[in-house]
Amino acid sequence: MHNNHTNEAYGFENKPLSKPRKHDRFPNLQLCLKGGLLTATTLTMGEAMAEYGLNFPEPAAGVAREIYGIHMMTMSIATILLVIVFAFVFYSLFYHRKSRGYEADQEFHNSWFGNWSWVIVPALVLGVDLTIAGKADTVLKSVWDVPKEENIMDVKITGHQWWWEFDYLDHDIKVESRFVPKDKSGDLYLREVDNRLVLPTGVKIRFLHTSADVLHAFWVPELAVKKDAIPGYVTETWAELDREGVFRGQCAEICGTWHSRMPIVVESVSPERFAAWTEGQKAIKVAAAAEASADKEWSMDDLLAKGKGLYETKCAACHQVNGMGLPPAFPALNGSAIATGPIADHLNIVIKGKEGTAMQPWGTLNDLEIAAIVTYERNSWDNKTGDVVQPADVKQAR
Amino acid sequence: MSTTTLTHDEAHHHEAPKGWRRWLFSTNHKDIGTLYLLFALVMLFLGGASAMLIRLELFQPGIQLLDPDLYNNLVTNHALIMIFGGVMPAAAGLANWMIPMMIGAPDMALPRLNNLSFWILPAAATMLILSFVIPFFPGGGTQINTGWTIYPPLSLQVGMSMDFLIFAIHLLGISSVLASINIIVTLLNMRAPGMTLMKMPMFCWTWLVTAFLLILVIPVLAGGVTMLLFDRHFGTSFFDAAGGGDPVLFQHLFWFFGHPEVYILLLPSIGVLAHVIPAFARKPLFGYKSMVGAMLAVATIGMVVWAHHQYTVGMSLGAVTYFMIGTILISIPVGLMVFNFIATIWRGAMTFETPMLFAVGIVLMFTFGGLSGVMLAVVPADMQYHDSMFVVAHFHYVLMPGAVFGLFAGVFYWLPKWTGHMYDEKLGKLFFWTNVIGFNITFFPQHFLGLAGMPRRIVDYNMMFTEFNVVSSIGAMIFGLSHLLLLYIVIKTIRGGKKAESRAWEGAKGLEWELDSPPAFHTWTVAPQIK
Repeated sequence: MHNNHTNEAYGFENKPLSKPRKHDRFPNLQLCLKGGLLTATTLTMGEAMAEYGLNFPEPAAGVAREIYGIHMMTMSIATILLVIVFAFVFYSLFYHRKSRGYEADQEFHNSWFGNWSWVIVPALVLGVDLTIAGKADTVLKSVWDVPKEENIMDVKITGHQWWWEFDYLDHDIKVESRFVPKDKSGDLYLREVDNRLVLPTGVKIRFLHTSADVLHAFWVPELAVKKDAIPGYVTETWAELDREGVFRGQCAEICGTWHSRMPIVVESVSPERFAAWTEGQKAIKVAAAAEASADKEWSMDDLLAKGKGLYETKCAACHQVNGMGLPPAFPALNGSAIATGPIADHLNIVIKGKEGTAMQPWGTLNDLEIAAIVTYERNSWDNKTGDVVQPADVKQAR
Repeated sequence: MSTTTLTHDEAHHHEAPKGWRRWLFSTNHKDIGTLYLLFALVMLFLGGASAMLIRLELFQPGIQLLDPDLYNNLVTNHALIMIFGGVMPAAAGLANWMIPMMIGAPDMALPRLNNLSFWILPAAATMLILSFVIPFFPGGGTQINTGWTIYPPLSLQVGMSMDFLIFAIHLLGISSVLASINIIVTLLNMRAPGMTLMKMPMFCWTWLVTAFLLILVIPVLAGGVTMLLFDRHFGTSFFDAAGGGDPVLFQHLFWFFGHPEVYILLLPSIGVLAHVIPAFARKPLFGYKSMVGAMLAVATIGMVVWAHHQYTVGMSLGAVTYFMIGTILISIPVGLMVFNFIATIWRGAMTFETPMLFAVGIVLMFTFGGLSGVMLAVVPADMQYHDSMFVVAHFHYVLMPGAVFGLFAGVFYWLPKWTGHMYDEKLGKLFFWTNVIGFNITFFPQHFLGLAGMPRRIVDYNMMFTEFNVVSSIGAMIFGLSHLLLLYIVIKTIRGGKKAESRAWEGAKGLEWELDSPPAFHTWTVAPQIK
């Protein structure tokens, strides 16, 4: 169920579809320094700008394309207005100066223009406003109205401190997605995850956003989907992917210490590949369930080996790999009263969490996983309790 | 100028006291104005230093300097210090100094209240700074890693620092409301005979509207943070869905204050521009009535569009459509303001002393920030911009030119009046250019970062965002350090310099320029007659 293998075997290597940005990209730097000129050429430069990271990346869904269109439209209107304003101001700065001997026109505000400009200018601005609002309203409706279709695919996205949980409600698959440390992600540091959100092209997908703790926001620019994940709320967005690829985003709403470490990777694949992927996930899930429910006594070594992997993905973000935590927010487990005290208390805090802190309930993990984690925590670093916690103990503690 | 008809006893009683008593017990609008301005200057450097630390951390990818919570704590403090400690007190300082002199009043209407509203501020600032440093002491709890928006549930996880912050906000709010009451009472009751509302100087108009806005929205913020305090300690669940509350409710309360707050920061500076631009264009303000009308429209519409800061929380189609249309419509009165300034320089006879340089810079850069604001108002497009660096770039382009540069323009414009000395024009111009160039290098590239997908408030970023962050950080160092020049110029001008005339600028109009430079301790003890 909670597989920790990476889902990369579906045609895309471990790199983004667009060109990776390397250090040899100083042409970009020059481009950016010419930013002043850039604005004037936005209309024709849209595509090229995306290439250089100056604009949104190329959209990968119909809704995103509409949003991209309205972004380019408002940016163009803004650019034109800016040019007009700058032209008037610079003309005036140049010609209407005392040093050129220009005499101020003391009656300018009493001319017909002075008397009527308070009507003319708002009318012109209103015209621009209506142009923008008219187009925006149409796009807004298609973004906001999730298609009412029987066969729409539902993906529930739950934000956690600091990882994402993706529930494929129609496929009974759950994917946990976490940031990958720098030594394993290299250039993709903070843009790479262990398990991707794999989605099929050509299918309308409804995303249901919620949170288990604080606010988060799911954001992948290619999908143009951004929605806050709010505990107690379920909000909707939708997309229909129209090209394959790997699209990367990040959590956009500040969610505490490791807000920077909540990348999102969407892997868009053909429906056939997606079907194969779902089959693979189900097989993994069945195997895991069988293993966990097997009425078997586990040896300490097996539990420690399992526990180390689980601890480092699920617990180490807060309590750290070395068990020292980041006090005062995240207490150390090394030598802690919980991790060296009664097993019952230890199991209780892992399963139920601790109210009012970032420690969440981990009861959704299966008995074997919790047993492995707790055994690992009680027998690592300076903790030498020698306790072996079996899945059966966990079952009893629930 | 001001003819004194006081009896001997009264005159003695009204002399400036000496030493610390002069400042602590002051009921004199000029002294209190000076206190406000000095306080704002100190806060400007504190807030600026935190911003420079933020930019130093973001100079390169990776976590070099600040741990994530400290980084987020600095992000929080930078905003709060700049808004509540820098811009608002600076604007209140200008108001204290200038409003009585501009309307021909001997002082503010409520001088003791004036003293109180200032002296609450150092206490509030102490609380604010404590909220920052307490986590570094044993048992101090966690740092405020929420950003200045202090959204629950994250703000419920923070340690006791959050309580200090909540009380600091209460104190700052009380100070602002008291100052606003004073300004409204002064403007409505103490104008010189013959000065009707529609003859009132524009700076006074902008402050009248600002003061009303403050009184309307500060209590809402105070209520919101009090509910937060209760959620934290007394088991209420106003913002906790598990207890029947609503996390989004806090956002509505916060932005009901937060959006008008933008105009609170902006309007006094617009008022300054309405004096500076006509003075250096040597020509009256193009449309006095349309400025007043535009300002009232901005304040009114600005009160009812707050939720455009939360398009992504999942409001209904009807609600977001309303907030989108309302927000886009604000471009009409704001456009009229910018138009008025351009029409004022049009066919003027301009010279470019430092206040005018800032004024022209504001017109250009504020227009830019306003236009990116229209882009952000469009809901579907905001699905992309929201909470990205694009937003950071946008609001700095609005608030730096719109609020801070306007205050700089005002300080340079009236410094000769306050001190009796002309500032060093060469240094002033040098300050303008380093400041404005630094500002643009800092914030222009952040638009691109946002579009490329960099969220705001992150301590560490992928290397794809490196180049623009390097440029932005270099700009930030230039921008930040340039303010040392401002400090030097101000100190130098206080200590000496060319003697300023009563009318320090050739084109300056208004009652304040009828007074000596520097003005006597008490001015307009006999009200002037306005024709």
